[in-house]
Amino acid sequence: MKEFEDKNQEEFEDVGSEPSSRTIVVPGEIVSSGEDFLAGEGARREGNDIVASRYGLADKIGRVVKIIPFSGAFIPRRNNVIIGRVSDIVHSGWIVDIDYASNGFLPLMESPRFVNKNEMDQFLAIGDVVAAKVWNVSAKGIDLAMKGKGLGKLEGGFIFRVNPSRVPRIIGREGSMINLIKENTGCNVTIGQNGWIWVKGNDTDSELKARKAIEFIADKVLVSGLTDKMENWFKENK
Amino acid sequence: MALKRKNGRKLDELRPMSAEVGIIPNADGSAMFVFGKTVAIAAVYGPRMLHPQHMQNPETGILRVNYDLLSFSVEDRKKPGPSRRSQEISKVTELALLPAVDINEFKNTVIDVQIYILQANAGTRTAGINAASMALANAGIPMKSLITSVAVGKIDKELVLDVDDEEEHFEEGEGSTDFPIAKIYGTDEYSLMQMDGKLPPEMIPKALDMADEAFEKIYEVQKNALKSYVSGEDVK
Repeated sequence: MKEFEDKNQEEFEDVGSEPSSRTIVVPGEIVSSGEDFLAGEGARREGNDIVASRYGLADKIGRVVKIIPFSGAFIPRRNNVIIGRVSDIVHSGWIVDIDYASNGFLPLMESPRFVNKNEMDQFLAIGDVVAAKVWNVSAKGIDLAMKGKGLGKLEGGFIFRVNPSRVPRIIGREGSMINLIKENTGCNVTIGQNGWIWVKGNDTDSELKARKAIEFIADKVLVSGLTDKMENWFKENK
Repeated sequence: MALKRKNGRKLDELRPMSAEVGIIPNADGSAMFVFGKTVAIAAVYGPRMLHPQHMQNPETGILRVNYDLLSFSVEDRKKPGPSRRSQEISKVTELALLPAVDINEFKNTVIDVQIYILQANAGTRTAGINAASMALANAGIPMKSLITSVAVGKIDKELVLDVDDEEEHFEEGEGSTDFPIAKIYGTDEYSLMQMDGKLPPEMIPKALDMADEAFEKIYEVQKNALKSYVSGEDVK
């Protein structure tokens, strides 16, 4: 397990500035004993111990222990950018399939221009693909918003899926990985936290290259120094 | 006194085990667990939308388990499709897994667990539970702990661990008893206990002790499979 310690942290988007130690844990495994740490996301306190609730990487940042999962279905959270497909039009908005157990709802008000209620499919028809932001997650459903840079209806290019738990690494630390891909292929790439990825470039070859590059990263569960590997990959696959 | 097992195992010796996770790319989590000649695979999907809608529970997510033998898993071809036996085992497996998973957050949704037996040689439900527990962890479902499962048997008058198909059909003397047990590892909670045959009440504590020792070994196999799934990829 030594190889996972002291490694650079670029493959996860939210890392603290302090150095941290990481180990792989399975549910029910004791991560640390004593009162030194607090249980964060994916962990819980049981008496004197901090116990993992999920399978993943136990990450100690400061005094908090949290578990970064390796795999699993997408769970929407507020402010996640997602890509979805319009599956129905109702009187006050659009129902969007976002690859989760419940659909997202995009209100009519979110359209950037006036939309006639009788002709809502002029703006978004069933089957259209949109990039949107999760505005609210409640028991009633998931509300989406579409006001913001890069959000809106996606036209041209193509869409493919990757495992949603790999998304933070495809983006990289402060977008380092995705910027590398964009620079090398000249493609426009939008990544949804639900694992849907939209690629649009000037020609099909560069689009396919961007897709290959993204799948190259998504294939690897846990590799250190991914950005360097990606740079080499681009040198080899000119 | 000591009974000789036909397969040469000691009384408290498990069949050789092996396990692997992430074997089904399209599932959210998957695993395989092998007890000797018994091979079980499990796939977990979800949390995902639950239909029919009247089954949705606004207070918690639900777990739905389907266990089945594949038609080529037994010597005489098994007719495909659900049977009385497979429905019963699906239900007891669901009840065995449920206390260990924490799915209250996933309201109105379902987590589907599919267990298929590729090769059957007794102990299929226990192998299925072991595989399903790893697949649930692999799917990122919050859990109390892993679930370990094994069958203790009685052959004539002796308790033996992890009976195989041949031993299950032992008919001399007192015959054979099959006593499958599942436990949430690290706790005192047993989530599955069934019995087929006869077992005197005073032998039960001893049977549980035998199972507890086996659970340690099974847990090691499960844990190593989950951990090596990730570090194995690091080599690439």
